[in-house]
Amino acid sequence: MSQMVKSLSRTTFSSPWFNTFIRYLLVTLLALFLFGIILLITGKDPIQSYKDILTSTLGSAYGFSEVLVAMIPMLFTALAVALPSRVGLINVGGEGQLYIGAAFATWGALTFQNQPAWILLPVMVLLGMLGGALWAFIPGYLKAIGLVNETITTLLFNSIAPKIVGFLIFGYWHSAMDTVKTANFVPAARLPAFFGTRVHLGLVIGLALLILFWFIMKYTRWGLEMRAIGGNSQAARRNGLPVKRYLIVVMCIGGAIAGLAGMAQVSGFYGVLLLNFSMGLGFMGFLICWLAGGEPIGILLMSFVVAVITTGGNMLQLTRDLPYAAINILLALTLFAVLARPNFFGGKKA
Amino acid sequence: MSPLAILGVLSSAIFSGVSLLYITLGEVVDERSGIVNLGLEGVLLVSASSGFAVTVITGNPIMGVLSAMLIGGLMNMILGYLVIHRKANQLASGLALMFFGFGLSALIGKSFVGAKITSLPRIPFLGLSGLPKLYTSLFSFDILIYLSIPTAFLIWWLLFRTRWGLGVRAAGENADTTFASGRDPRLIRYQALFVGGLLAGLGAAHLSIAYTMNWTEYMTAGRGFIAIALVIFSRWHPLRAIVGALLFSGAVAFQLLLQSSGVHISPFLLDTLPYVLTLLVLIIWGGNRKHSAPASLGRVYQGSE
Amino acid sequence: MPNPLENQPPIIALRGITKTFSTVLANDHVDLDIFNAEVHALLGENGAGKSTLMKILFGFYRSDAGEILLNGNPITVHSPRDARTARIGMVFQDLNLIPAFTVAENIALFLPDLKAIMNPKEIDQRINEISRHYGLEVNHQALVSQLSIGEQQKVEILKLLLSDARLLILDEPTRVLAPHEVKALFNVLDNLRKDGYAIVLITHKMKEVLECADRITVLRRGKVAGSLLCEDATEEKLVTLMFEKELSELKINQGTTHESTSMPVLELRGVETHAEGAGISLLGIDLKILPGEIVGVAGVSGNGQRELCDVVLGMETCIKGMKLLHGQDLTNLPVQAMRRNGVSFIPENPLMMASVPFMTVLENMALTDTGRYARRGGFSMDWAAVKADIDKTVQRLGFTLNLYTIAKSLSGGNLQRMVIVREMTHDPRLIIASYLTRGLDVQSTIAARQALVQAREGGAGVLLISEDLEELLTLSNRLLVLYEGRFVGEFKPSETDIYELGHLMTGSKVEHVSNG
Repeated sequence: MSQMVKSLSRTTFSSPWFNTFIRYLLVTLLALFLFGIILLITGKDPIQSYKDILTSTLGSAYGFSEVLVAMIPMLFTALAVALPSRVGLINVGGEGQLYIGAAFATWGALTFQNQPAWILLPVMVLLGMLGGALWAFIPGYLKAIGLVNETITTLLFNSIAPKIVGFLIFGYWHSAMDTVKTANFVPAARLPAFFGTRVHLGLVIGLALLILFWFIMKYTRWGLEMRAIGGNSQAARRNGLPVKRYLIVVMCIGGAIAGLAGMAQVSGFYGVLLLNFSMGLGFMGFLICWLAGGEPIGILLMSFVVAVITTGGNMLQLTRDLPYAAINILLALTLFAVLARPNFFGGKKA
Repeated sequence: MSPLAILGVLSSAIFSGVSLLYITLGEVVDERSGIVNLGLEGVLLVSASSGFAVTVITGNPIMGVLSAMLIGGLMNMILGYLVIHRKANQLASGLALMFFGFGLSALIGKSFVGAKITSLPRIPFLGLSGLPKLYTSLFSFDILIYLSIPTAFLIWWLLFRTRWGLGVRAAGENADTTFASGRDPRLIRYQALFVGGLLAGLGAAHLSIAYTMNWTEYMTAGRGFIAIALVIFSRWHPLRAIVGALLFSGAVAFQLLLQSSGVHISPFLLDTLPYVLTLLVLIIWGGNRKHSAPASLGRVYQGSE
Repeated sequence: MPNPLENQPPIIALRGITKTFSTVLANDHVDLDIFNAEVHALLGENGAGKSTLMKILFGFYRSDAGEILLNGNPITVHSPRDARTARIGMVFQDLNLIPAFTVAENIALFLPDLKAIMNPKEIDQRINEISRHYGLEVNHQALVSQLSIGEQQKVEILKLLLSDARLLILDEPTRVLAPHEVKALFNVLDNLRKDGYAIVLITHKMKEVLECADRITVLRRGKVAGSLLCEDATEEKLVTLMFEKELSELKINQGTTHESTSMPVLELRGVETHAEGAGISLLGIDLKILPGEIVGVAGVSGNGQRELCDVVLGMETCIKGMKLLHGQDLTNLPVQAMRRNGVSFIPENPLMMASVPFMTVLENMALTDTGRYARRGGFSMDWAAVKADIDKTVQRLGFTLNLYTIAKSLSGGNLQRMVIVREMTHDPRLIIASYLTRGLDVQSTIAARQALVQAREGGAGVLLISEDLEELLTLSNRLLVLYEGRFVGEFKPSETDIYELGHLMTGSKVEHVSNG
């Protein structure tokens, strides 16, 4: 019996998983410590603040559900970076693809108002994906023909998208009372939520996509080919793999996933299309993917952690009179701590 | 459409464009050395808020501007440490810096929302003081505005006519060759980042202290990203940035002009013009890689063994 | 050619330089004397150790043993900056210029006494002084990216001269120059020599050596094969020094030669390619490979071998000419089309060119034909089938392979074996083997060669590109020599010998012989 315990603990403590876990833990503690100092400087009680964050998020069922709600779009936007990264593409355009996906989905919601949910919702899902894919197509194409780097083009497209959304809202879609948002979506256009919380179907879709991603990369032919292209595109080309085609297609799929994030937000969370509704969700996804090393489980974990922080930030705003934006500091400190220790996180590119 | 309206628009474009120009010049210097700063938005916010805060506290706008510049330089040093010393991914580091700036600026600026400051004194442009008060007030510019174009020339001179500038540009093209010439690319990049940060802080200070004369959260409204686009649009050249800055900020002003003359183009679509133009520039010139970005932009220098 | 100053001591002396790279002994106790006012040619095939030796002198590598003496005093050269201090400069094959800078800026970057506020006029003047004197005129304001390779080379030399170097090392400078540019370069070198500069010219080209050098040292397999003054040198002597091998028992295994009326597996007619920058353009390539035949291509690396492989594989486009596979015109179709038609490729650098470093051997195996192993529309991969196919090939070839190791961690020999297994698995009809056994240990070499012979016996056509003349003579049914992008000779192995091949490879007897 004691032999078993001994060998079990030996494997646990020396396994790479454990090492990574300890490192993540240390990094998190470091960030918490630094943020605590900042809180002190501004005259807030760090211990109480952290307690507030924890109780408001993990301390109650409702709090926990709020964390899940915040997590949903990040699952998508992180995946939208992870997939293209497998073929060596850097997609920083999640922000823009999200907006266009949301816009397309909104059009569907407004145009097909009279359809029942089981028709309308799938249509909106498809529209959201279409919008995101279209928005990613040009950057993907320009990269495939070797003209422009996709990092730059996706960044530029990011800035254009919210303006287009604004144009659509102001010009065509705004509600009678408000020029910054559309009318509320009809109930059929809303992703259903669970058990009286705000957690909507988007969570299921997101998780399903993560599992699909994992499965495809590990077991299928396309996953193999993508990993080959990402691992050594010259060799992939010599081996006859259609590299250019993959670059464009994968970029579009990444865009589609980000577009889905937009659809999930307007349909599941807000119920309207709102000007500038994304507060850096796309960029957050990029960072989460980078933290997670592009791995699905990591994305799940990191999205959760980030969601805890942002949701907790809400609480701090109420109880500690801290501007909501301040929670970004904690986020950033965690990121800095990770960035400053590159040997922790292996050779995966974001 | 009265001449007054046109002039008003022009004046507003100049005020707004000047801060954009400083910010862009800073990013030009950074990117010329090979580092792209996606966190520029955050740097601007922290500089603007702290500059404003210092102005309120000391009552002296010049102190505010100087401290904003210094803070800008320091913020960029964070990026420098991560990217140069720690060899971290430039994009991720920049974005992290951006979020940091969001939070820190909110914290700093919180107590100063709504405060009133004495701004920089404004001097009428070239002896227009003879004209009616209305016109004079439109064309009274503060010292930073007058210094903006000379600064662009200064940066041009710095990059293209000094030994230091040659080293900066070399580091951005090929760090190995730079090292072979007896220079330390890492040190050069730190220096470039600091200078870039000073300029970014200057632009941010102009925004909060001289132009809007207040502080609100997220007040830079994407200027960081506009500047990044503008750097590409001007193909990394300080003098072309002048044109670009006027053009980009002029877009806003241009909308008002169009509206008042009865033409209805959505302001939103006009806002996309700068980015669309930049894309066109990239497509037209981007193919010929030798005339576009510094060759080592975004790459992590592994250092010598 | 003027007599070198016999009484002067060498300005730089290398003594006992030895350098090993993992398994390869690149320099074996090499002694070399370099004198002022001399052009010293360092002659040898690829892999002879010339480049390595000079890189050690330039501080790029550190020797394992031996010393460098400057004017009789030992110095340490551990980095290029030390070399610069010792006034040693090197012009590499891939030039070290910044394309986006002007000529003047590139030179200014390396000026040791550049003023803090640069004075363009003054810099121009200084450049002009030197460039006019030596015939190195270039437009100072031109961007380097706009210059031809010949002009870029001039800039590199100017850069060295202006940064005060007095020993110039030029690594294969004429590889990419047109004949008139070569002449111009030699004029420059002559002028430099007259002014007392010491010049080392690394090359494999005989004619140039005889035309331009004062002193010649031949390296062979890491050792100094001989050193002579130009007046004592003849082509014969030099070729002998470069290529003399212990001709072991060469079993010339001809296999069955098919009638020339069978349909060629591969046919290139008048193929030409266009090379960017420092590559070589192929000109007027006519090639036929019949089934059951190994066609060997001899030549010093850098004369168009890579381009030839790339053209056949489909990585490079032909600007002229046709490529036929079994009579089908497949000119300029993508790699996929080639592979579907039974073309296989074994590259010289398997890690960089043919495998994905982070994937396992098993995964790498499936990459050339993923379609074959995909099941359920692509949703799963039949790894058992992959394994079965590999096992069959492995048995046939007599290799052993560990399927689950990561490609990156394999030794060069094992990696090459992996690639060979993969490429031979689906009974290819045309195998392109590029420097098949470069850097391999003896066992892997034998195994690789046997694999090719097996393939030939099975009716495949093989294009074997190699710099190992013994290998080529033993294995090929027919032998061609590639020089400066053209085929310059065609023989049956029994009709020729190492010396004749050596001549052609170094450009000393140029005959354009068309194939077939």
